Amino acid sequence: MSRPSDHIDSAPVPSGDGITQPKLGFVGTLRWFWRQLTSMRTALFLLLLLAIAAVPGSLVPQRSSDPNGVTQYFTDNPDLAPVLDTIQAFDVYSSAWFSSIYLLLFVSLIGCVIPRTKHHLQALRAKPPKTPARLGRLAGFMSRTAPAGTDAATAVAAARTVLKQGRYRVALFESPTEFSVSAERGYLRETGNLVFHSALVGLLLVVGFGSGFGFTGQRVLVEGQTFVNTLLAYDSFNPGRFFDDTELDPYTLTLDDFDVSYETANLEAFGQPVDFTAGVTVTPRGGDAKAGAVRVNDPLRTGGTSVYLLGNGYAPTITVKDPEGTVVFTDSVPFLPQDANLTSLGIVKVPDGLEEQVGLVGFFYPTQDESSTGSYFSSFPDLEYPVLTLNVYAGDLGLDDGVPTSVYSLDTDTMEPLATRTSDIQPLELKPGETQELPNGLGSVTFENATPDAADGDYSGSVPRFASFDIHHDPTQGWVLLFAVLVLGGLLTSLFVPRRRLWVKAIEQADGSVLLEYAGLARGEDPALESAVTTLADRHAALLKRSARVVSPVEPA
Amino acid sequence: MNLNELSILSLYSAMAVYAVAFIAFSIDLAKRSSAVDAADTESAKTEAGEAAAVGSAGGTSTLTRISARMANDAATPYGRSASLRVGVSLTVLAWALQLVATVLRGIAADRVPWANMYEFAMTGTLLIVTVFLFLLTRIDLRFLGTFVTGLVLILLGIAQQYYVEVAPLPPALQSVWLVIHVFVASLATGFFALGFALSFVQLLQFRREDRVGTDKPGRLKFLKTLPAAVTLENLAYRTNIIGFILWTFTLMAGSIWAERAWGRYWGWDTKEVWTFIIWVIYAGYIHARATRGWRGSRSAWLAIIGFAAVMFNFGVVNVFFKGLHAYSGL
Repeated sequence: MSRPSDHIDSAPVPSGDGITQPKLGFVGTLRWFWRQLTSMRTALFLLLLLAIAAVPGSLVPQRSSDPNGVTQYFTDNPDLAPVLDTIQAFDVYSSAWFSSIYLLLFVSLIGCVIPRTKHHLQALRAKPPKTPARLGRLAGFMSRTAPAGTDAATAVAAARTVLKQGRYRVALFESPTEFSVSAERGYLRETGNLVFHSALVGLLLVVGFGSGFGFTGQRVLVEGQTFVNTLLAYDSFNPGRFFDDTELDPYTLTLDDFDVSYETANLEAFGQPVDFTAGVTVTPRGGDAKAGAVRVNDPLRTGGTSVYLLGNGYAPTITVKDPEGTVVFTDSVPFLPQDANLTSLGIVKVPDGLEEQVGLVGFFYPTQDESSTGSYFSSFPDLEYPVLTLNVYAGDLGLDDGVPTSVYSLDTDTMEPLATRTSDIQPLELKPGETQELPNGLGSVTFENATPDAADGDYSGSVPRFASFDIHHDPTQGWVLLFAVLVLGGLLTSLFVPRRRLWVKAIEQADGSVLLEYAGLARGEDPALESAVTTLADRHAALLKRSARVVSPVEPA
Repeated sequence: MNLNELSILSLYSAMAVYAVAFIAFSIDLAKRSSAVDAADTESAKTEAGEAAAVGSAGGTSTLTRISARMANDAATPYGRSASLRVGVSLTVLAWALQLVATVLRGIAADRVPWANMYEFAMTGTLLIVTVFLFLLTRIDLRFLGTFVTGLVLILLGIAQQYYVEVAPLPPALQSVWLVIHVFVASLATGFFALGFALSFVQLLQFRREDRVGTDKPGRLKFLKTLPAAVTLENLAYRTNIIGFILWTFTLMAGSIWAERAWGRYWGWDTKEVWTFIIWVIYAGYIHARATRGWRGSRSAWLAIIGFAAVMFNFGVVNVFFKGLHAYSGL
């Protein structure tokens, strides 16, 4: 059997009414179960179930795509969230229930495709079936009389020629009174259908196992910094199950400069970024340095990895000195952007070298402006009038507890505020190149100007920028693309190549004339079947007429 | 007046013309109903009834064009009323105005005119009408005029809520895949819309055909002038599979773009989820058509649910769901 028994093209199964069915044994039950699983109805049910099961994942944040959203959801719905978590609502697409639906679907699919492939391979070698006795009941049936002087065998041979030209597979049949040709085409339809379904299985396997062979990692680089592609150089690193970190190709990547351009002509979109380009230099191990660029939508492919530009911002260079003028801290600190005009927030931790541990919470405004309430904000994302404000805290930075802490946050609860908006001393305020004393004679802090020689008032290069890169390695992407192309190609052929049978019959009449009959049968969707029969009849008539004309001078009698 | 203002003016004009076309198509439906009444009275006199009309249609089986077959398998043959011709002409005019509006918007922005919700709506509805007018050249689907102009009017009306000034593309959208992925998705929506309408009429027609012979004639008399339910089903299927193939391509093009932009080809982002759901529903529809007991009304319902999901994906997921596609929406 090629198709599931409930496929529309299969012969209807006689219903078992009135027949006492024998009790199914164990094997019989398995067989019954298998037939149920591979039936069209089950496949359809599983497909619809899959569609419904995919919905919750769009209503509730998912750990895979929106981990912060999940954390937020737990905060907002403390009662509901744990309940949802037990039914894997935050990991829908890797949950047991979602997986079991698509796995059953694919088992059903494989169980359907294998017997069909076997049957199709046989059909590819088989001759078209015998011409039906009565064509009159078939689609597009028509009859015509052959031109005088054409005998039935010649007429059918001509029909065979026409059909062969139309790339039909043909077989001739004859009986004492009639000759006929049976033709079939469109085997590609079933081939396409099988390729489509097999490619889906391939896609599932590659996606399922393939992701285990890759990794994703993140790294932030300030202009001028270099990264070496080794495990320790990543800020965060997520290897796949089967990934071996010795496979990392230790190339180096330097962020030379980071260019941003902002819209200034169109006032409706004033300040909107129109281009981000990270100018980089890549040096393969033992190779020559090469300049490259990473843009949004345009990753850099190097050393078996793809480097994506995910984010960017300012990294003010901050230097802290003790009262004697010894440098205890100096670094370009990436500040995280808080809004579209790049008001940015950054943390500096100075654990050693000063009398106390000092923490600085900094706000950076690339183009500082003041609101009516006196608070600062940034009115443009580029460096027009950069200002850095620093809240100063002293006390325990919490670095000695052995608990890992983020470089982007500072727990000020246990620290003493020395200079904040609510303390006696207001936050320190610096422009590039300026230095301020820290409160309590702790020392001084400097906001370094990266281009001290620039003209007065030109701050455009005064603060370095940083770029955050995502670095991915996925050796199976090519396979995914290949299977996707096969899916699309298979779909196109299986839906648009018509599969049909055509028959031409020539019957010798008592009066010596030859009656020609034409008919067709669609196998699957075939809107053009009737016109195909008509076209066949017309071509056939034309060919017969032409050969009759060629033949007639030879037979002057 | 700058190009964008001209675009807005042209779009408003198009909406006004669509509104008049909608009225013309509605009058045509009313006329169809009265034509059916007249024909019924006539046939009651001659006692020939519906059988005669069907019988005369059967004699032209050698006609091969679908359009010919479609006109013939209506229970009550119906020609072209003046209002129908007016409706089609006005739709063509409104389409041309909308095309001008869309092209001007693109020129004003110096990029493809489908980079935010307002522009999606403008281009998407333009493509719905384009698909409709294209199909009209091959098949007589003019009876869908009320649906098409009505839907387009509503969508364009809603789109005014999301009007934004012309702005350059943010870096995230600067990609050739914006041109391909979004355009093909909108084109697929055009085919799904027509497939939805045909499936809907198919259901109505099926109910009417089911009642023939009973003494409950049903209220929508114009259905008698439309093709038989089986013909409508075949047309709906052909329209929907074109949409399905375009949608498959949309999904794949989106994956390729996602790989370039976000570093992964698939990540179950909300919009990806809904694109997947729609794909599965239409895959189910195609399966249903091939499943015994599901061909006919049941599969038609799947096509209707599928289009509802398409509209949900466009209207609700873009606006109210959190996800990576959100910045492109408004």
